[in-house]
Amino acid sequence: MMNKTASLPQLPPSPSSEVLLEVKDIKKYFPITKGLLNRTVGQVKAVDGVNLSIRQGETFGLVGESGCGKSTFGRVLLRLQSATGGQVLFKGKDIHSLRSGDMRKLREEMQIIFQDPFGSLNPRFLVKDIIGEPLRIHRNMPAKLIDARVVELMELVGLDASRRNRYPHEFSGGQRQRIGIARAIALNPKFIVADEAVSALDVSVQSQVINLLMKLQKELGLTFLFIAHGLNVVRHISDRVGVMYLGKLVEVGETEELFAAPLHPYTAALLSAIPKPTPRRKQDRIVLEGDVPSPANPPSGCRFHTRCPFVQDKCRQVEPLLEEVVPGRPVACHFPLLAHS
Amino acid sequence: MAEKLLEIQKLTAGFAAEKGLLKATDGISLTVDKGQTVCIVGESGSGKSVTSLAIMRLIDYAGGMILDGQINFHGQDLAAKSQEEMRRIRGNQIAMIFQDPMSSLNPVFTIGEQIAESLRLHQNKSDAEAMKLAVDLIRLVGIPAPEIRAKQYPHELSGGMCQRVVIAIALACNPELLIADEPTTALDVTVQAQILDLLRKLQSELGMSILLITHDMGVAAEMADRIAVMYAGAIVEEGTVEEIFDRPSHPYTVGLLQSIPGFEGGRGGELYTISGTIPPIGQLPGGCRFHPRCPHAVDLCRNQEPPDFMISDDHRTACWLFKDKPVLADYSDEVKRA
Repeated sequence: MMNKTASLPQLPPSPSSEVLLEVKDIKKYFPITKGLLNRTVGQVKAVDGVNLSIRQGETFGLVGESGCGKSTFGRVLLRLQSATGGQVLFKGKDIHSLRSGDMRKLREEMQIIFQDPFGSLNPRFLVKDIIGEPLRIHRNMPAKLIDARVVELMELVGLDASRRNRYPHEFSGGQRQRIGIARAIALNPKFIVADEAVSALDVSVQSQVINLLMKLQKELGLTFLFIAHGLNVVRHISDRVGVMYLGKLVEVGETEELFAAPLHPYTAALLSAIPKPTPRRKQDRIVLEGDVPSPANPPSGCRFHTRCPFVQDKCRQVEPLLEEVVPGRPVACHFPLLAHS
Repeated sequence: MAEKLLEIQKLTAGFAAEKGLLKATDGISLTVDKGQTVCIVGESGSGKSVTSLAIMRLIDYAGGMILDGQINFHGQDLAAKSQEEMRRIRGNQIAMIFQDPMSSLNPVFTIGEQIAESLRLHQNKSDAEAMKLAVDLIRLVGIPAPEIRAKQYPHELSGGMCQRVVIAIALACNPELLIADEPTTALDVTVQAQILDLLRKLQSELGMSILLITHDMGVAAEMADRIAVMYAGAIVEEGTVEEIFDRPSHPYTVGLLQSIPGFEGGRGGELYTISGTIPPIGQLPGGCRFHPRCPHAVDLCRNQEPPDFMISDDHRTACWLFKDKPVLADYSDEVKRA
């Protein structure tokens, strides 16, 4: 579906064209139940038919507002949640049809880093047990070897390994996020979903963690799905970016191309809404009216038509498909922003 | 010369703890002129929220207290007022909005009732009059179908709508000063843009002053006339928005600006980082409070706390790098002693 575009010369870690993960028409619906008998009265279509391929060694940034389904997408990708339909091919194998034993084995290669550095670490575990737990479960290593590996991992993520016998509450937010990262890379995974991994951190700490993630990617050859709502961060870290709206991908592109010339009106609005750290720049902001509609009852036609400043009749009736209007620039819009400007 | 509305002088506020007093703000001075927007920026734990709670004297209810200094509002010192007197000022002349709109609203009252409440309390309106004004306020903050919305409960509204309601409540009595503590942090960017636009529009229509507390340099750049950068309980740099962004002087401000991804252009490269983390209050280092993380620290920084140096008439910073500049007038006597 996606042609490899001529990669920009300044992109540092040129991702190989080999596809690591391919998502085919993935869907995740949550039932809405009502009454004593839990009758299903509707469905929240959190992820509604997403196609995507992530290449070996790249960082794919996924952006969108709260409720657009980006976190659910990340969880379905790792089979932390079952899919309602579609396939996730990891190295050619559909992970949603694997048996649980095989899946467990595969989990060594796919890990996740969570947003909340407070909620994602067990407060009753010592740090060495948190980081060592995946090794104990998957590798059945003797305690001595686990300890050596924990020391190595803590040093790799920039933590003082002599503090491994302490509890998470004795660490700051940024340090806790490093613990979560150390746990995620303990088994040498190929693929990591970073779900808002730096969103809860202050800027000065955030930049430390971003640098760490980029360093680890280079050293360990990781592939990232980087889910975030902070567009500046995504721009900095990602090779390619996908924009989600109400359970659908509306645009995918190389980071610089997408940020320089967004094709979908939603992408354009999202980008223009970022407050820029430069005063006096009264830029032309596209202020969207209203809020994101409910995913239980998405609008007909193009899901964005209720808020789109360029809406036309066709948009209300026909749903646009994610198609390459410009080579290498898939966008789901009947009237992409080609010659507007 | 613009008219001063709020003048904070050497305000120290904090909490009593087992180990003694913890100073969450340590002798900060700040002025807000009429019709102006002043932003306090800083990371978590820098004391920006305590500053706003102290101005409102809500800190008394948060287990803290004002230890020293003055908060002059219209020539009256709020720090010396009783809670009884403050109750007449709060919500009336000074209003406040908080970060999380959902938890700022009472779930068991309709939004119309919640807006009408402050009108009844502060302006002695009858129930019917207050409700009518509440509907007008809901319209003012840009919520469609205000008559219907007034009868709804907070859970029936989205986050952005709830924040508009909170703003309507704050504006009910036409305050002269609006304190907004991270008003858009819990919102998505597109909704944030709506709320910031609304605040700007209301400010130009109603002529109020805004004290905006944020951790987002982008929001500050967009909204502020003046910016005060807080670090570990002190204002380390303060000036007009142009001065702060064009000539950031304190190493902390410089670091903060450079650590923003995308600020310095280049993608994919290594981001500037400020090493270490903000020290907890009560464990402040001696001398300049930033020196353990500062790339320029020298012995002087470790031993002596810097006074405010004037970079220009509109710009001050507490950093020894600028020791050849004149010291802010209020402080000169202290420095002589030191």
